[in-house]
Amino acid sequence: MLIIPLTVVFIFSFGERAPSGGVVLALTVEQYVNLPARWAAFKNTMTLAPIGTLSALFIAYPLAYFLAVKSHPRWKTILLVLVIVPFWTSILIRSYAWIFLLGGRGIPALLEWVGIEGLRLINTPFAVLVGIIYGYLPLMVFPIFVSLDKLDKRLLEASSDLGAKPWKTFLQVTLPLSIPGIATGCMLVFILLMGEYLIPALLGGGKVFFVGNALVDLFLQSRNWAYGSAVAVTLVVVMLVIVTIYMRLISRLGARREDVSIM
Amino acid sequence: MTKNIDHISKKEFIEKLESYRKGSITRRHFLNVTGLGAAAAVMSASVPGLRPQPAFAGDIGDRVVLATWPNYHDPANFDAFTEATGAYVQVNVFGSNEEMLAKLQAGATGWDVYVPTNYTFEDYVKEDLIEPLDVSQLPNYDQSAFDARYAEAGSVNGKLYGVPKNWGSTGMAINTKHNGGNAISSWREFFDITMDKFSGRTIVHDYQLTTIGSALNAFGYSFNSIDEKELADAEKLLIDVKPHLFAITSDYQPGMRNGDAWLTICWSGDGKQLNSDMPEIAYVLGKEGGEIWSDYWAIPKSSERKAAAYALINFMLDPNVNVKEVLAHGYPTADSRTYNQLPDDLKSDPIIFPSQELLSPLEFGAAVTLTDPNRAELMARFKSA
Repeated sequence: MLIIPLTVVFIFSFGERAPSGGVVLALTVEQYVNLPARWAAFKNTMTLAPIGTLSALFIAYPLAYFLAVKSHPRWKTILLVLVIVPFWTSILIRSYAWIFLLGGRGIPALLEWVGIEGLRLINTPFAVLVGIIYGYLPLMVFPIFVSLDKLDKRLLEASSDLGAKPWKTFLQVTLPLSIPGIATGCMLVFILLMGEYLIPALLGGGKVFFVGNALVDLFLQSRNWAYGSAVAVTLVVVMLVIVTIYMRLISRLGARREDVSIM
Repeated sequence: MTKNIDHISKKEFIEKLESYRKGSITRRHFLNVTGLGAAAAVMSASVPGLRPQPAFAGDIGDRVVLATWPNYHDPANFDAFTEATGAYVQVNVFGSNEEMLAKLQAGATGWDVYVPTNYTFEDYVKEDLIEPLDVSQLPNYDQSAFDARYAEAGSVNGKLYGVPKNWGSTGMAINTKHNGGNAISSWREFFDITMDKFSGRTIVHDYQLTTIGSALNAFGYSFNSIDEKELADAEKLLIDVKPHLFAITSDYQPGMRNGDAWLTICWSGDGKQLNSDMPEIAYVLGKEGGEIWSDYWAIPKSSERKAAAYALINFMLDPNVNVKEVLAHGYPTADSRTYNQLPDDLKSDPIIFPSQELLSPLEFGAAVTLTDPNRAELMARFKSA
């Protein structure tokens, strides 16, 4: 069941566009030769997806740290629920809220009030980035929270008893032990972002184009299934390569860590 | 991709909020919730002359799915249809004929009624995606009432596939406040001003026919051109203009209304809606030309609720209902029965019924543009550039 759709896409990608749209099976690499015409979409995705992932990480980590380590156990559950609450409504609705906030009558109007004028936020890469961070933050917070929550507090005490400053304890004990959470969170968010379509469509005004948008366009507007399939296959290959490299790096990091681990 | 946003004025919103806060609801809401409304509708429907009386043969099911364009209906008419028949009208909004065709080609849309434009019928018939209409199920359809110019594309090879909904023009809407109170009058100016003082303020449609068509018009070429050299010129212009655009979307009213966008490619009815609410927004036709179009009510072959589909189309063809549609969306009708019921100021409205002199350079979209691979790919390249 997993393989069949992928196989179909793979076969389609060597076909040609049917006269009024769709696909005629063939054996041509024409679609792959045309790939550079979608370079901008790949470039946008390959820049905004990593930037979005890292930004989400930098915001999510302190949040998860606070939730897991600093917050009072009684509040922990409530705060956790607050992180999930946005997931209860559709990302579509929440993105519409951002359309208003980033539009001329939202934040820019407020900024004008304090003297910053002529700022355009909506339909820019920045707006897409805000939407991405907002939309994917919970996916980053949870894995990190879980790894920090399991953290054995005795290790922190031991570190401090041995004379380490708090920041040194954080860098040498807390952070390394939360790496599995960081790795999972980053991978989850990054993979989903590579296929993102809705946020750029809504907050990018049709101008900030991801590969996902290019695919929607090829299948649902210009009806060039063959070319769309070639773009999709390319995206899958790019992801495979990136994820493989990423896994290698993470496992190497993990292996090195084992030497110093006391577990 | 486009979504329709329901606009509610601040005043209306506060009033609603206040009334909910006080625990009161409107009479209609109350009738709806309690079912008394439906009962009253059934009763009043049995009293001749109280309401339009469409012919409904038996039960048509609980819903009908309509695929349509943004800002293209009077929602009150859908409520009336539901009250009269028990079938709820589920509305899906699209930004282009290409998008509709693609969905139908992929299969299983669940739509019962859709509103294709003149130039698409040949292909829908060729692809066997459209249902021939059985006129006996549309008692409110009177062929002789329609202006043939806006009705002829609905028939292919002598068979009727679509009955006229509305027609209109494709021009531009400009917020004159930002141009010293002046409108512009040509597509050349449209693109020039976008790359100049309107930078970041212009919207073009997410629709190959009108967006490429307008760029072609700016060069004085035909709106429908598929000539490679002419398309190359249009592409260059569109790519040059892209960094200066506010957005590429067919749902341009929100941007125009909140002041973020100042200029957009615009369909005449939207132009009328914008102009009525904000008189500083002018609707103009490009002097080089542009599009004149006619939309039709039609039924996709895949519809599983054809009785409901016929009932909805027949209901909307009722001149008493149709006149409310025109008043709500500002698109002219080709139905003389409806036209005769329109108030005089609408009949002489220059946006809804432009002078013959302005209409004559306009072209109907050509079937070839729908399937031309170069136009499709040009649009996709422009968007992903």
